[in-house]
Amino acid sequence: MKPVLRRRLPLLATSSLLVALFVGTGLCYDGFFSVRVVVNLLSDNATLGLLAAGMTLVIFSGGIDLSVGALAGLVSILVATLVEAHHVAPVTAAAIALVGCGLAGAGMGALVHHFRQPPFLITLAGLFLFRGCAYWLNTESVGITHPLFARLAGDAFEIAGHGIPIVALVLLAGLAIAWTLGHECRFGRNLLALGGNETSALLMGVPLGSTRIWVYALNSMFAGAAGLVGTVYTGSGNPSFGIGLELDAIAVVVIGGTMLTGGRGSVPGTFVGLLIFGTIQSAILFDGRLSPWWARIVVGGLLLAFILLQRFLVTRFAGRDGNSA
Amino acid sequence: MESAAPLLTVRGLTKRFAGVAALDGVDFTVRPGEIHALLGENGAGKSTLIKTLTGVHTPDGGEIILAGAAFRPRSPRDAENAGLSTVYQEVNLIPSLSVAENLSLGRQPGRFGFIRWRAVRAHARTVLARLDIACDPEAELGSLSLATQQLVAIARAVDLRARLLILDEPTASLDEQEVAGLFRIMRQLRTNGIGIVFVTHFLEQVYAVCDRLTILRNGRLVGEHAVRDLSRLDLVAAMLGRTPEETASTEKTTRPQRSEEPLVEARGIARRGAIRPVDVAIGAGEVVGLAGLLGSGRTETARLLFGIDRCEAGEIRVRGTPVRLDSPRAAIRLGFAFCSEDRKREGILPHLSVRENLIVALQAKRGAWKRLSRQEQEALCEHYVRALRIKLSNLDQPIATLSGGNQQKVLLARWLATRPELIIVDEPTRGIDIGAKAEIEQLIGSLRDQGVAVLFISSEIEEVVRNATEVVVLRERRRVASFSGPEVTAANLMNAMAGGHVPHE
Amino acid sequence: MNDSLLRRVCRSPAVWPLAGILLLLAANLALKPAFARITILDGHLYGLPIDVLNHGAKILFVALGMTVVIATGGIDLSVGSIVAIAGATAAMIASHGVTSLPLIVGGALASGLAAGAINGLLVARLGVQPIVATLILMVSGRGIAQVLTDGQVLVIRQPGFDFLGNGFLLGLPFPAVLAMAAYAVAWTIRRRSAAALMIEAVGDNPAAARFAGLATDKIRVAAYVVSGLLAAVAGVMMAANIGAADSQRAGENLELDAIFAVVVGGTALEGGRFFLAGSFLGALLLQMLTTTLYNLGVPPAVAPVPKALLILAVCLAQSDRTRAWLSQLWRRSP
Repeated sequence: MKPVLRRRLPLLATSSLLVALFVGTGLCYDGFFSVRVVVNLLSDNATLGLLAAGMTLVIFSGGIDLSVGALAGLVSILVATLVEAHHVAPVTAAAIALVGCGLAGAGMGALVHHFRQPPFLITLAGLFLFRGCAYWLNTESVGITHPLFARLAGDAFEIAGHGIPIVALVLLAGLAIAWTLGHECRFGRNLLALGGNETSALLMGVPLGSTRIWVYALNSMFAGAAGLVGTVYTGSGNPSFGIGLELDAIAVVVIGGTMLTGGRGSVPGTFVGLLIFGTIQSAILFDGRLSPWWARIVVGGLLLAFILLQRFLVTRFAGRDGNSA
Repeated sequence: MESAAPLLTVRGLTKRFAGVAALDGVDFTVRPGEIHALLGENGAGKSTLIKTLTGVHTPDGGEIILAGAAFRPRSPRDAENAGLSTVYQEVNLIPSLSVAENLSLGRQPGRFGFIRWRAVRAHARTVLARLDIACDPEAELGSLSLATQQLVAIARAVDLRARLLILDEPTASLDEQEVAGLFRIMRQLRTNGIGIVFVTHFLEQVYAVCDRLTILRNGRLVGEHAVRDLSRLDLVAAMLGRTPEETASTEKTTRPQRSEEPLVEARGIARRGAIRPVDVAIGAGEVVGLAGLLGSGRTETARLLFGIDRCEAGEIRVRGTPVRLDSPRAAIRLGFAFCSEDRKREGILPHLSVRENLIVALQAKRGAWKRLSRQEQEALCEHYVRALRIKLSNLDQPIATLSGGNQQKVLLARWLATRPELIIVDEPTRGIDIGAKAEIEQLIGSLRDQGVAVLFISSEIEEVVRNATEVVVLRERRRVASFSGPEVTAANLMNAMAGGHVPHE
Repeated sequence: MNDSLLRRVCRSPAVWPLAGILLLLAANLALKPAFARITILDGHLYGLPIDVLNHGAKILFVALGMTVVIATGGIDLSVGSIVAIAGATAAMIASHGVTSLPLIVGGALASGLAAGAINGLLVARLGVQPIVATLILMVSGRGIAQVLTDGQVLVIRQPGFDFLGNGFLLGLPFPAVLAMAAYAVAWTIRRRSAAALMIEAVGDNPAAARFAGLATDKIRVAAYVVSGLLAAVAGVMMAANIGAADSQRAGENLELDAIFAVVVGGTALEGGRFFLAGSFLGALLLQMLTTTLYNLGVPPAVAPVPKALLILAVCLAQSDRTRAWLSQLWRRSP
């Protein structure tokens, strides 16, 4: 097998799965093959997609961030409170939220790096902290009456006669940013090097500290963006927004072929993973007989399958050359 | 070439760890365009020297002069910038990235943090072509053979405008063809005027590719020689710290003792990349030595016998019956015991107490529910503390707080408590003081007298000669000779280890 | 003798959570002197300290299993989901007309066992990292529970079942009694068998443990099975307490509570030595904190904030870097 082809193997596998799943679903249910469904796939999963885009970068570095769902929830209620109760301009409120997210993420990254704490623990504490703060602001959801939000939610760009909602475009923009950072910049390669082998990365001149702190900061800003998109999409700020989304985001990233152990992965893969996730959910919705909870189980099964596949690929490639020792 | 100004001069380099000198006034000189072998057994100070040169350690005394200027690296980055690059045995690259990315990581061409992939690939092709390395720059590094990875690491190191290249055991896991490829590139670099420091355990390779060599022993310089002026026997003698004349006078005190049937017999056991088919037979009440230089396959053989690694060929018989050894547990059930050479990683349970460390193997044999009572544990511990003269303040102190020699004794006691029929001791006296060494040798003698079969692995020839009634010599992962009874002499062993005249087989 | 005992107590890791509990107790007494009052009603004990024990029972169970898993050098993120699965399983069995209490409870516990076995096999046999392996069940477990209860809060009507969550034994709430019994059993096993030594050996140095003849794989699988089983016990208890299985909320965020209790109790996340008393007190400290906040009128949803800050503080205090820094400071000022 050509090396280039072999490196792309996980992405190819994921893409074929998506095609099979999509075509299979389309053949089973009438009306599934429509531009409407595809557009909805994007806008319904915009929040999740943004979380997954940031999560991909964190997982590149061998880390994990369990706090993103809670942070999205905090941003949601924070922006709603600022706009509705304190009459802050929506743009200012969004900027405050994003900067705050960046600082919170940088803080977590600093704790992980400087105190050598496991990322899952620090970000799990972050999950509690952010969710608690969200409820502190308001335990109920706050409807937003500001006209800008309604306009953003309703507006759509006309492309080839079909309206593409703004939230879908934001998702695509977020993925493009993650792709640029992850694949076209030194930063992304430094992340992969860090996740691949920390000692080697240090010896090869990768700035470990700043890379790690930046990736958590960026990821938290992606989470903030996801919270904003969710607020626009639902037209309200909700402190319980995004519960459990961090797990979905991790699942999407892994299904997209990124190794949870770090060092290997792709942002386009995450996009494909997102579409798989969305298709499964739409299919279960279209069916109407299955409970929506099946989606989580199917995703868990896929997660298991992909993790085992990764294990298999790693041990096989290492064993093939007799250098497993 | 002899007259060229030295590239690297080290004078009186000293480095202490916790008061113990790892390097004691070492001199070392490398000239441009030479391949210089750095030799010595474990603990000789090779890696400390390399780590001091590359800025991992700061020296406590002495000076380093690189290309005429004083050189005090504070980090490996520092050293690389000054033109001193190192390639380690465990390739320090990122296995999940492509070859091209590995060659350019940290200094990719491009602007504002963006990467110009076209330039990255072109650069990789140039670098690989310059050294004639045949591999696809797009391939994932981890999917290549270790030899190719090694070459890529060298290509990256040299690409940093290196003037001095340190190769730290690059050949440890390569086969002959791969070694030849490496040598070709080393010679090519030599022609380009780069100085190469080559660390290896394979004497053949020293004679095949090196110009000069420096021998260290116990942190001190033993000598620097032109390779062609030094015979293999002299080289081995220097590494082991003796002269060939001295070895002839060592007296043989052990008595040969042949039991009718060996207790344990291994026939043609082998594993790829570890050891070629080897036969070993050990009778009850017999001490069989396994001799050879570092990297000759001593430990690998022991691991096969103890079921840590699986044999890919051959069979092991206990009292004539073939047995399945697929785990240490299985080996222990057969009455085997194995004292690893790597005390820290494979021996001690560092945070647990001396008492727990001592009883763990016996307890594992009995199972979780047949617990040794506190009284039994203490009686057992006290017995061995007295018998082996283990020095400690109390049984409940963590084992990591004991000295190396006392840790080793506790580990030996761990196995003796299981009343083994065969005990494999791998370098039991490494890194411990002389008094404890003698005591451990005494213990091995008394085990033999009690009818225990002992497989004794050591790189100290005299120790092997003193203790073993029969010796198997390994060299470059194969069995090259065996001696028994009066033939077990230092001279014979050294000859076989050096690969000179072999009187038997 | 007295001196050495004192020193031993001071050096024990349980001293920190104990100090925290006493501090919270003092704070509560200062705010509401009635806090410590225990009243006897119908031969049953009531009062806030009893409440702490009663509501802390679920954390106590899960923390016990987590202690064992962490001691082997692993982690179990799926305990919250297992709690939900166990409750859902019990509800599902009951809703199918089964009235036998052993069947209902047995089914729930079996689901926990199975979940733990899956985690253990993934970690020990397939070599998946513990975080990754248990994440799978963390993701899908709640979905499984929801499917079992059809996405509803399923009411369980079985007279005996209610006792498991709300009954009294020897004057104390049954969950509290059972939790203390579980720790007593664990403590006895620790004293009377070599299981603890084996677990600690595996966590302290897996290679050395294997070379010493321990069945490291089996020990690790067993640890996850124990964790799954104890999480299931907690799940049954919570379902019994409210008389229904709430797949959505049951066991939510319980994994962090349990990890917190274990870490505060002095067991290192790297594995090795574990401290049962430390985990016990750590779990109680956490429940005490929750109860105190409730007493102060802090809404339960906000309670995670101080909890998170506390765990961050504990983690940082225990990190090597802080210790090195502190010992440096200590040495500089004689």
